[in-house]
Amino acid sequence: MSDSAQKDTSEQAEFRSYCRSWLKDNHPGEPPVRLPLTPLEIMTQEQLGYLQAWQKSAYDAGLIGCDYPQEVGGGGRSDCQRVANEEMIAAKTPYLPNVIGMGMAAPTVFYHGQEKVKQELLPRLFSGEDIWCQGFSEPEAGSDLASVQTFAEKKGDKWIINGHKVWTSLAHFAEWMIILLRTDKSHKYDGLSYFVVPIRSALGKGVTVRPLIKITGETGFNEVIFEDLEVDDSFRLDELGKGWQVAMTTLLHERGAGELQTPRSGGLKSKATHATNTANLMELAKQTPKDGKLASDDVLLRDKIMQQVIREEGLRQNQRRLRVPALQDHPMRLPLQNKLLGSEIAQDTAAIAVEIEGASASLYLGDENAPVGGEWPMAYMNSYGMTIAAGTSEIQRNILGERVLGMSKSK
Amino acid sequence: MAQPNNFGFGEEAALLKDSARKFFEEKMPTNQLHALVAGDPTPERMPESLWDKDIWQQMVDLGWTMVAVPEAAGGIGMPVVAVAGLVEELGRAAFPCPLVPTINCTYVLSACGSAGESALGDIAEGKSASLAITNQQGSWSTTDTDVRFENGKLSGTAWYVQDARKVDNFLVSAQSTTGVSLYWVSCDASGVVIDPDAIIDLSRDQAHVTFTGVEAVELAADGSGALDKAFPAIWTVLAADIVGAAEWLLQTTVDYVSTRKQFEHPLGFFQAVKHPLVDVMVQIDQTKSLVYNAACAIDSEPEKALKYAHMAKASASETAAFSSGRAVQYHGGIGFTWECYVHLYFKRQKHNQMLWGDAAWHRRALAGLLLGPIAA
Repeated sequence: MSDSAQKDTSEQAEFRSYCRSWLKDNHPGEPPVRLPLTPLEIMTQEQLGYLQAWQKSAYDAGLIGCDYPQEVGGGGRSDCQRVANEEMIAAKTPYLPNVIGMGMAAPTVFYHGQEKVKQELLPRLFSGEDIWCQGFSEPEAGSDLASVQTFAEKKGDKWIINGHKVWTSLAHFAEWMIILLRTDKSHKYDGLSYFVVPIRSALGKGVTVRPLIKITGETGFNEVIFEDLEVDDSFRLDELGKGWQVAMTTLLHERGAGELQTPRSGGLKSKATHATNTANLMELAKQTPKDGKLASDDVLLRDKIMQQVIREEGLRQNQRRLRVPALQDHPMRLPLQNKLLGSEIAQDTAAIAVEIEGASASLYLGDENAPVGGEWPMAYMNSYGMTIAAGTSEIQRNILGERVLGMSKSK
Repeated sequence: MAQPNNFGFGEEAALLKDSARKFFEEKMPTNQLHALVAGDPTPERMPESLWDKDIWQQMVDLGWTMVAVPEAAGGIGMPVVAVAGLVEELGRAAFPCPLVPTINCTYVLSACGSAGESALGDIAEGKSASLAITNQQGSWSTTDTDVRFENGKLSGTAWYVQDARKVDNFLVSAQSTTGVSLYWVSCDASGVVIDPDAIIDLSRDQAHVTFTGVEAVELAADGSGALDKAFPAIWTVLAADIVGAAEWLLQTTVDYVSTRKQFEHPLGFFQAVKHPLVDVMVQIDQTKSLVYNAACAIDSEPEKALKYAHMAKASASETAAFSSGRAVQYHGGIGFTWECYVHLYFKRQKHNQMLWGDAAWHRRALAGLLLGPIAA
């Protein structure tokens, strides 16, 4: 029995045993294709198809959206998503493809959308049939998110949208986008409004999606151009001019600090999926000859590896301490560190792996002699996506310094 | 055995931690601490043991010195997580007293089986004690000691004995015919001479203690085994002290950079100051989580205690160095002066950093556990 199972309510306990037995019979099995490290790097229809089928079957079984009301396609349960997540991860399932949908769009639409929109869009979001993407960043609005310029102009009861969004993961598969738009040019924050807009059904009719290629050579994120896209006013979330407040709901959930738990599965071990963690780092050190001995016998490398092992365990124990109020001084202090710490630990872990590989770290995915299939140099490059996206590490430090420690707001 | 989700940090532990925090705030605010221990700034000052015995007696009366003593031996028998909470608050106050040395002895005595019971009884009655187990080189290995036991008598010198002039007893390790054994010796025993060290840390005292033909009865034949068993708790408790002291340094520095203005802005407005202070906070939180994890492992998953305690003290030693260095730096010129209270904690943290093994020492041991010994 897992630690958390001991604390289950009767509803959770019953649900847990249901999840467990369902997962036993319905694991989707080995993927037919190489899967990228995270769903944000899904590149092919084949990868997506396999993952969408998994999400659909988990949704149909009631393991996704458990805590949302039934009217919007949820399970109507209380604090059960956590249970489903634990069981899905314990069962070593593939990850869910509609991550932006579930982690950011669903809570935002749920808290701020009109009833009809929620009922129409959320069921297909949870089932994974509709992939969602997020339109926040723009060429001139990165860390200073509130300076977005993509403009929505009112024409009757419709809105006409023009502008340019970037770094839009999954847009090439997406049916819908949550989008932060400017509706008033004279006020920076109060001039923002938040919408849901169609993507795939509007391609060629006001929407263009173009892939951006990452430093790794992978695609997965895009730029999205809007030229006179027309959307109905019912797709506006919350009041006009309240876009910034709505965006805070999105960001809160993105940082794992929101009210609603995000559906999450994972843990599937496959040859092609290589997690950036210290267990794999130590494995690499034990297998890599370096200067006439194994890398794991080099005192300096051992020390570097141990530093990472300790930080990784520290982050894991932060997650645990998060649930013990008597051992915290400020409720947001640990949640707001997650993204900063997780991304920087992953980056440093990958950097040490590249150092261990030495000359052979020059070999990439296409080279048959590349150690671990070239995954470590790729993970190292990809780690910069993590320290930049969703608020750079520098912005995270501003947030922590200002909101938690109360220091004066930086410009 | 599995660890409980909440580290086993229950209501009693929370209550103890909370009341300790209030107690130290009320009894020994920092200005009073400074007045008590920092009267003589001269670098060549004579070693002194400056502390408030009345407050200590109140702590004894509250039962805090016997929290770790098992109930069977007349103590309170609280789990290590609760003890860590108490010591975190002690560290936050940089409070001078022999609580941590006494707790350390308690864990070693508890590892001695029935042989340790009588000495544990002394602690349960309010007596204090300190470990006298380190050689002149400052080795943290439990098999290294410069003291010998021959013909029923101890001879030799134990070094780096913490708070030696505040305690009633020493728990001494010595080379005997059977290996390293342990002995419970009263400070007043004939042949015991305490030579105080002139140390930097103003919140503690330290000494080398020489034993000349001191009559002693062996407590445990396998002394290094008992010490090895107790060390995870000893490291964890010290790491808790570091967390408390680091939090004081962080909050004090944040207050300062929020008040002090340069270039028309509070210092904390500037990211060159703000971001490293966030890094101090992140480092403290890592250590704090690792401390309660290690404590919980000692309480309920002993087979993992050694690994997790090495992690806790390795992380804590880094926290000690980082929190203290940044605090002096961001206090600027005033932080470099004796009148600014930061130096009290700076010095305590530098002492904490190396005590019972620094970060590199613990990481080396951890690597041995996780990667195996280095091939010849």
